[in-house]
Amino acid sequence: MRAVHDEFHGDLLEVSMGPQHPSTHGVFRMVVTLDGEQIVKLKPVFGYLHRNHEKIAESTSYLSSMPYTDRLDYLCSMSNNWAYALAVEKLGGLTVPDRAQYLRVIMAELTRLVNHSCLVGFLFNDLGTSFTPLLYAFREREKILDLFESLSGSRMMCNYQRFGGCRVDPPPAWLAAASALVDNFPRFLDEYETMLTGNEIMLARTQGIGPMGAAQAINAGITGPCLRATGVDYDLRKVDAYGFYPRFNFRVPLGAHGDTYDRYMMRILEMRESVKILQQAFRELPAGPIMDPKAKLRGFRPKVGEAYGRLEGPKGELGFYLISDGSTNPWRYRVRPPSLINLTLLEELCLGRTIADAVVILGSIDIVLGEVDR
Amino acid sequence: MNLETLPLQLRNAIVDLFPPALQWFVHHLLTITVILTVFGLFFAFTTIAERKLLARLQNRLGPNRAGLPWFPKLKLWGITQPFADAIKAITKEDIVPAAADKVLHFLAPVLIVAFSLLGFAVLPFGRNLIPVELDAALLYFFAAGAATELAIFMAGWGSRNKYSLLAAMRALAQLISYELPLILSVVPVVMVCGTLSTKAIAAAQGGWTFGLLPHWHVFTPWGFAAFIIFLIATLAESNRSPFDLPEAESELIAGHLTEYSGFKYALFFMAEYFGLTALSGLGVTLFLGGWQAPCEFLQFIPSYLWFMIKLVGMIVFFIWVRGTLLRLRIDQLTRLSWKFLVPLALLNLGNGAFWALTPDWTGPLVLARWAISAAIVVVPFVLLGRRLTAGQAPRSYRYA
Amino acid sequence: MLGSGILKGLAVTAKNFVGSYHNPARMVTQEYPDVQPQLPANYRNFPFLVTENATDPMGTMRCVACQICEKECPPQCIYIEKSKDKKPDANGKLQLYPAVFDIDTAVCMSCQLCVEVCPFDAIKMDHVFAIAATNRFSGLLLNREELAKPNTYFHEIRPDEAAEVDGRLAAERAAAEEKAKAAAAAKATAATATKPATGGAAAP
Repeated sequence: MRAVHDEFHGDLLEVSMGPQHPSTHGVFRMVVTLDGEQIVKLKPVFGYLHRNHEKIAESTSYLSSMPYTDRLDYLCSMSNNWAYALAVEKLGGLTVPDRAQYLRVIMAELTRLVNHSCLVGFLFNDLGTSFTPLLYAFREREKILDLFESLSGSRMMCNYQRFGGCRVDPPPAWLAAASALVDNFPRFLDEYETMLTGNEIMLARTQGIGPMGAAQAINAGITGPCLRATGVDYDLRKVDAYGFYPRFNFRVPLGAHGDTYDRYMMRILEMRESVKILQQAFRELPAGPIMDPKAKLRGFRPKVGEAYGRLEGPKGELGFYLISDGSTNPWRYRVRPPSLINLTLLEELCLGRTIADAVVILGSIDIVLGEVDR
Repeated sequence: MNLETLPLQLRNAIVDLFPPALQWFVHHLLTITVILTVFGLFFAFTTIAERKLLARLQNRLGPNRAGLPWFPKLKLWGITQPFADAIKAITKEDIVPAAADKVLHFLAPVLIVAFSLLGFAVLPFGRNLIPVELDAALLYFFAAGAATELAIFMAGWGSRNKYSLLAAMRALAQLISYELPLILSVVPVVMVCGTLSTKAIAAAQGGWTFGLLPHWHVFTPWGFAAFIIFLIATLAESNRSPFDLPEAESELIAGHLTEYSGFKYALFFMAEYFGLTALSGLGVTLFLGGWQAPCEFLQFIPSYLWFMIKLVGMIVFFIWVRGTLLRLRIDQLTRLSWKFLVPLALLNLGNGAFWALTPDWTGPLVLARWAISAAIVVVPFVLLGRRLTAGQAPRSYRYA
Repeated sequence: MLGSGILKGLAVTAKNFVGSYHNPARMVTQEYPDVQPQLPANYRNFPFLVTENATDPMGTMRCVACQICEKECPPQCIYIEKSKDKKPDANGKLQLYPAVFDIDTAVCMSCQLCVEVCPFDAIKMDHVFAIAATNRFSGLLLNREELAKPNTYFHEIRPDEAAEVDGRLAAERAAAEEKAKAAAAAKATAATATKPATGGAAAP
């Protein structure tokens, strides 16, 4: 890598990739300085999708923020809902009935399938396929979104969780359809892996690209699959044991190299584990109420205090920090967005690499601009 | 009436209508018109076929709406889509960036179409159908083909766009890297046939063993290896996936096409397909027996139809590859060429020489000839392939 | 060997190519304008106001202009003005009604909170998804005449929920009638007990 510019070397080229660019996953901008194809400097610029989420939440009631959390990471609205509900339930001292706990696990794991299948699809698009893996992934995602739609009324903006439970109780037909879908999902994963995981070009393009060290990742606050790809065993489902996760048997896959290939494989292996969790959840789902009888929809006024609710979102640790002053609105509302924090290492991973690698590294980090910019 | 000679009879009938002084002119004008019409339509239907095939590979339906303007009920599976696209491209505003080099920006699409059409002049489309009979046809073909990359560079440089400039750089690197294996893969054919004339090469692949097994070059060890190298180099030369680096959508937006719109864009698109078709046609001529029928009893089908069938087969294969593979990085692209394809093509050159020297081996020696020839390509393929993919393998993972 | 992964990939895409012709699990596309989507009953998109009677929508609107939805609406897309006078509702009780009820569908995010907080089952989520207008102010700002849809329509799009709501409302009405009857009876007995009656002003 050479950052010197004198008369014996050519000019450095500054390219502003984005905010309109096919592979910045939204309105994200990378100002890259190139020496030939090599990146000598990369400056991420974001905020184009800033919607004032936190301030709006501080000026509306607790309930009114729930639909807005759908729009943070718009691929995983169910997880976002749950994380926010966790924080509010902690603040208001609500307990969640067993059936609702199971439903939440089901929804969160279905969301993980949605998010990870999207991610691997987009990653391959960044790697230069002509949409084929992406469309296979979208085909499966579509089936899960149809389930979400028939349950919550909307495909992506589910707005499903409530403080103290869930909004709609799924009928047996829905559970049967979901269970059948989950049972078929490993077949899709197998086909997907046959098609791409052993592909020589895929291996050459991802192995050893953008390696992240464990210490580096911890220092930067990276969470989720990106952290586990470096070999750090940190999964909030095990660490925090929130919800009913301690009741489920699943393993946490760990990588060793922390490169793009490991980050990709973490997603594939996590999907396989999610399928196991889902199968167990469908088997054990108890009957009963889905809402805490103490919970009320309107006029929710928690006691003065503060609470931090976090969960293992598909992208990493998603947290909501709330301070209540006893009124109907939170006094302070803060989101810990995994997408934004995972993005902090982007420049370090990309330096000395080519543009083609930068695009792939960005894709493997898995960001959604709705969550980065809020 | 003989279907085989029908095109020639038609041409002669039309040419005879004119006074003798004009006949040579009408003769060539007619040939050019026919090539432009046939391959223009072929291009149009390749685009719709590519979109539909890709769609089906991706579990989509593909374009199926365009019908005829006078019969709105008639859907026709959307096969009139390319004409609708053409009308759209013509009626779109032509935008030229203010900072662009106007002359180069205009010349690039014109030149690229012109250059990519030149190759068709020396392809034998049928037993007696060849536009220009050149003794050094292969040399001419590659010289004309290499010029298209120049037009890509003009487009990239003239647009005054950073993405276009990067694309131009990539296009040049790709040109230098892949022209070599492309030509080296063809040399064994020239060696074995002893001619540069495409017509003679196609004719040399005639004959059948037991009337069923054709004597095409692809069915020999050296021919098969040369064909694979030729296929890979063709993909790279015509900038198709997995070698579509100059227009890498996910990295460079549209590469050298970023600043083109409307009909100029369509011209680039057209040139890309013309180039692909011409190279596929050459591949068919050199390795797949040209216009020869695959079996003796299938000779009743006219030779130009056999050529077209093989051509379509090649194009479908390229579409299939595009629907499956991902793109290489520029350094991997050049490494693949210099460290894998070029050595393999050079070895295959010796292989072709060996084959050319041993046509009179008989009896058990025939088996030995095949075994030696196969070993010359397979062993280096495995060894070089191992070198190329060293340290890259699917991994196994541990669980917490 | 080099190339085996690529060949496997080609095999998978070929399998999908063939599968797209005969396997509905692979070909999930619907040809939209020709084939209308089968919306699930729970599907939600933009609210509408339920009226009891299709012939007199404005007179039989369930909404009593309590403005709870206006307060709870996260993007604040509902605007309600209370009426000055009162009209009898389905139970015969005099209630306010919305003189103005506007929903800006350009702002509405179909979150369903208005439906959840409504104590009168007066606002419900619609199944309309193809809303397009040439003017974003007059075209997308729906007033109460455009929002009002009869209960029969609600039954059409969500039969289960509508039946449940109707049952609940009928029970409430029966209870109200019961109560009124009991009150009337109590009044009558009270009137007979303490004659001459002076409790006329205390009528419910």
